[in-house]
Amino acid sequence: MTLVLSQLFTGISIGAVLLLIALGLSLTFGQMNVINMAHGELIAAGAYTVYVLQKVLSGAGLSLLIALPVAFVVAGLLGVLIEVLLIRRLYARPLDTLLVTWGVSLILQQVFRDVFGAPNVQTRAPSALTGSIHVTDDLVISSSRVFILVLALVAVAALTAGLRTTPLGRRIRAVVQNRDLAAVSGLATGRVDRLTFFIGSGLAGIAGVALTLVGPIGPTMGTNLIVNAFLVVVVGGIGQLKGTVIVAFTLGIVQSMVEYTTTVSVASVIVFVVIVAFLQWRPQGLFTLRTRSLA
Amino acid sequence: MTGLTVRDLKVVFDGFVAVGGVDLDVPAGDVRFIIGPNGAGKTTLVDAITGLARATGTVTFDGQELLGRKVHRIARLGVGRTFQNSTVFEELTVLQNLDIAAGWHRGPLTLLRRRTSIPPRVQAALETIRLTAVRDQLAGTLPHGQKQWLEIGMLLVQDAKLFLLDEPVAGMSHEERDATGELLGELSRDHTVVVIEHDMDFLRRFARTVTVMHAGRILSEGTVAEVQADPRVQEVYLGHSVEA
Repeated sequence: MTLVLSQLFTGISIGAVLLLIALGLSLTFGQMNVINMAHGELIAAGAYTVYVLQKVLSGAGLSLLIALPVAFVVAGLLGVLIEVLLIRRLYARPLDTLLVTWGVSLILQQVFRDVFGAPNVQTRAPSALTGSIHVTDDLVISSSRVFILVLALVAVAALTAGLRTTPLGRRIRAVVQNRDLAAVSGLATGRVDRLTFFIGSGLAGIAGVALTLVGPIGPTMGTNLIVNAFLVVVVGGIGQLKGTVIVAFTLGIVQSMVEYTTTVSVASVIVFVVIVAFLQWRPQGLFTLRTRSLA
Repeated sequence: MTGLTVRDLKVVFDGFVAVGGVDLDVPAGDVRFIIGPNGAGKTTLVDAITGLARATGTVTFDGQELLGRKVHRIARLGVGRTFQNSTVFEELTVLQNLDIAAGWHRGPLTLLRRRTSIPPRVQAALETIRLTAVRDQLAGTLPHGQKQWLEIGMLLVQDAKLFLLDEPVAGMSHEERDATGELLGELSRDHTVVVIEHDMDFLRRFARTVTVMHAGRILSEGTVAEVQADPRVQEVYLGHSVEA
């Protein structure tokens, strides 16, 4: 029982990281209808931000706290750069966008190798997050995983509140719902696009910061996660926060459970099979945006 | 020269000439109806004026050249349009729809604050379009006719001086048509209105001037009586839809 609970918690924390990545993807995908293949490298950019800050600042706790906003801005600006230089020029050409952003992803990976070296690098976790919490005598969960979970939940809450209640959020939703109508209503859709890319990419940077607490930092760390994040976005329903949250945690838990009883590769295979089956049943995802009736 | 002036406007999609050299003058304060068979290029003409379709030629409104400007810049010059099939932001409330249209001149900092009261302009528009009672309802749940009015309300709050309405009474009941006609009458007092419409009955009652398009060109122009008497119009237009 304790084992199950401990795996459950590991799953939830995997889900939390997936959620952070998928939220950003879902936001940029919903906005521009294109897939940014370089999203994974924005995660790595966030993680390397922690590494660099730790070189400059001595305290691990301080550098982690500063890294959160800095990584958000670094990854966000990188995302905006990709949007301005490439994605907006390939609007309505999704296949080309896919190829071009994949190229960007490869270039960024090489840049990371050249600057930081090909081997993985390590950061020190702040002492407050290295310990673990004894829930019961047997059940022990690591504090860094709790921190990641809280971070993800705060991000979801902030994003939801921002999209729902602020006029800025409503503009983003308006452009997602009908770009032409938004433009003829006088909205500068290009600026809304850039802002959305900034927020979505910034969330990837935050995910990168979170990942430094649970694993090594390497040039290809984002690629390994991005496939699962895509699955979360597709299965959850594009542009649907609720679906993204549910699927991210479900996927994390299923993966961690199956991984424990079998192996990592078997777990991946099982997850993929389940998702393919699910999409046969509901190709539009768990939740869908209500679309204009054709009648 | 005030009003809308179009000179030698051409729109070509992949070799297909949708609009082939249109000249059009709509003086300020006019209520102009544009009619023509399906595929005549009426909607494409409006798309070109509002920047949604790439075009050559010149289009000026109140002395300002529109072609080559971004869509939202054209909107901010006072050119407003609606779409066919009542297009609104379905997942936002009526009030939020109006807020978006009214809010393009808001500064970036005020965008992060929640609005506490309804601006007078938005309130006035709600009353004009008769939607005050449903202002907190999702726009997607409104009946068809009310959606069309919401579109017109959005143009009102965004300070449009020129209203380009694409089939504003399509699919409406008789009562809704009459109400929309009244609304057009109110609008035309201080706006220039261009209406694309198939409904001939509606046209006879509310048009001041009529332009007939056919195959991407202007076929005839004048008052309702003049256009109806034009033999070219009878041949081309009425030949296509006798029942109209």
